[in-house]
Amino acid sequence: MALEKVTLGKSLTSGLRRAMERDPKVVLIGEDIGKLGGVFRITEGLQKDFGEARVIDSPLAESGIVGTAVGLALRGYRPVCEIQFDGFVYPAFDQIVSQVAKLRARSLGAVTMPIVIRIPFGGGIGSPEHHSESPEAYFAHTAGLRVVACSNPEDAHWMIQQAIECDDPVIFFEPKRRYHDRGEYDTAATEAPRGLFEAHIVRPGSDVTMVGYGPVVKTMLESAAAAEADGTSIEVIDLRSLSPLPIDTIVGSVRKTGRLVVVHEASSFLGMASEISAQVTEQCFYDLEAPVIRVNGANIPYPPSRMEEDFLPDLDRILDGVDRALAY
Amino acid sequence: MSDKVVAELHEPTPAVGDGGPDMIQLLTPEGERLSHPDYDKYVADLTPEDLRSFYRDLVLIRRLDAEGYALQRQGELGLWPSLLGQEAAQVGSGRALKPHDMCFPTYREHGVGFVRGMDPQSSLQLFRGVSQGGWDPKDHNFHLYTIVIGAQTLHATGYAMGVKMDGNVGTGDPDRDTAVICYFGDGASSQGDVNEAFVYAASFDAPVVFFCQNNQWAISEPVSKQTRIPLFQRARGFGFPGMRVDGNDVLATYAVTQHCLDEARNGNGPLLIEAFTYRMGAHTTADDPTKYRVSAEVEQWKFRDPILRLKTYLSHEGWADEAFFTRVDEEADQFAAELRHGCITMDTMPGETMWDHVYAEDHPVMEAERAAFQAYQASFEEAN
Ligand SMILES: Cc1ncc(C[n+]2csc(CCOP(=O)(O)OP(=O)(O)O)c2C)c(N)n1
Repeated sequence: MALEKVTLGKSLTSGLRRAMERDPKVVLIGEDIGKLGGVFRITEGLQKDFGEARVIDSPLAESGIVGTAVGLALRGYRPVCEIQFDGFVYPAFDQIVSQVAKLRARSLGAVTMPIVIRIPFGGGIGSPEHHSESPEAYFAHTAGLRVVACSNPEDAHWMIQQAIECDDPVIFFEPKRRYHDRGEYDTAATEAPRGLFEAHIVRPGSDVTMVGYGPVVKTMLESAAAAEADGTSIEVIDLRSLSPLPIDTIVGSVRKTGRLVVVHEASSFLGMASEISAQVTEQCFYDLEAPVIRVNGANIPYPPSRMEEDFLPDLDRILDGVDRALAY
Repeated sequence: MSDKVVAELHEPTPAVGDGGPDMIQLLTPEGERLSHPDYDKYVADLTPEDLRSFYRDLVLIRRLDAEGYALQRQGELGLWPSLLGQEAAQVGSGRALKPHDMCFPTYREHGVGFVRGMDPQSSLQLFRGVSQGGWDPKDHNFHLYTIVIGAQTLHATGYAMGVKMDGNVGTGDPDRDTAVICYFGDGASSQGDVNEAFVYAASFDAPVVFFCQNNQWAISEPVSKQTRIPLFQRARGFGFPGMRVDGNDVLATYAVTQHCLDEARNGNGPLLIEAFTYRMGAHTTADDPTKYRVSAEVEQWKFRDPILRLKTYLSHEGWADEAFFTRVDEEADQFAAELRHGCITMDTMPGETMWDHVYAEDHPVMEAERAAFQAYQASFEEAN
């Protein structure tokens, strides 16, 4: 055991490093990922150790990053693309949803697309527009893609390696406002504590089930701790995989608690919470004591940073959602 | 292709050169006036008074930038993209525009906005986080800042197509003929949007001048990561003229931009200008250039400073004295103080306004969410 407290950012770096050491076909491509180590320094030091051919500073063109990754994958490589910020993935959207997602099905399985597209996402860092978005639903809506989001250092370290090993394309969301948060885990471990597409019950509870992913997991845990002081026991589930959706874990929990609150930063309309709500209603109609409650971002463009506090689900709004679930 | 051409094409782009023989220059870094057969005429009418006002603009804009930087460091702005070193490219091109010409900036054209007559505080709003834009583009024919790299080149092209459809090019009426200018960086030249803009502009003869400020870097990536030939030569491949101007020479930038805008207004657009310049500071306040570039390069560019060279020229010609320069500095102090005051007293909008301008027509979700938000806020007040 080598228990260490590592930041989420650094655990991604070490995960990438291990994947690159293990498989010479793994190449990284993105803007500023070389000498600078990316604007969030997630690839720091990797170009120095693996060279410019495996840590590729791309021209400033997102469609190019993903489109050339398609070609590299066809040639047997396992490209890991870095999109600098959530709001800059849209120039690559066509390549992702029209090409990356569909090539396997179109070729009747002859072509595999083992591409990972890393996207720092979510708000709360005081940035101007296009730097705080939560575009996950667009990708989860597209068949052929797998979509995951990490929330803590240990998962980040393992999930990135598992995503790279996956033969399907994986959209990999990283909670940018948690990059500097530290968490303790066994850095010498050789195996992941859980599968890439499994949800994780991060805090057991009996009164209300709460589901979320990425940056809000920490806020959900804080809310659960606050609720416990008031005598409410919340079961917190870190979804981890958005597509495929690990619905069984949620259903199992809701059967126990009878109440569900779904939290995410993305707008509520047709968001992950809507899908979860629909599936839980179908499967748990007679177990539910209350309607499924959503605590999400508003249905507006991401606001200017001085107003983002009013937009993001915070402790109070989450607890308000819990109260609403308990009011039935 | 001859072997020579092939060899030339395979010559790697020099990291940063002196702009090469194609670069149009009217003022040397030493402040000496060079004459140019094609471009002298565009500056021939400038009076010493005009040149002093150019100088004033350069100094005020540099001050605006320094203030933006300081305000970010003091926590008043979330981010600041500095234009240090690019003042001449912005003043020269901005002042070549007529009020009815339309301008599409990136997020760094604080200087162009300033010479267009925009309230300099407007540039701060996005970076203070009180607005995602903050001004009406029609007020000064200066579009909102665009953060998504390259997107505005298509907007400019479409706008120019509209100008042409309206019949506002080539009429010979100087108050009617209209040009569009569009700013972007060397990094942006790699984007699909920019290349598509070139294709559209060429196919439709749109009256648009593409103004690329080649400041040699796109965050950490040198221009050689984006192109293997000088950027102005790209235009040829799309079927329109391209030229390179010394972007640290305000006279040459002014002259070349005027020429190109005239061409566009006359119906001979599009055109591409590559202003060869340098980003003296970090990409933004969030960046650390020591990770990827050598300070010797920065030192070398200090000798090409746009303000110093105009100052030397004005002094040598006897068109400005120390008293003038001191007056401009004092004005800059005053300007900076006002800017700072304006910034720190800038209001944050109340939360419920987030739903105000999302749609032009009533939208039930906006109303319901706004009402829910207000009720939620009110619940805290009741609790207190
Ligand atoms: C589509 C898109 N991708 C990435 C970014 C992040 N980004 C902001 S500025 C920048 C570099 C821009 O370089 P350049 O076009 O040369 O302009 P400069 O800032 O140097 O003037 C990058 C990569 C972005 N804003 N938009």
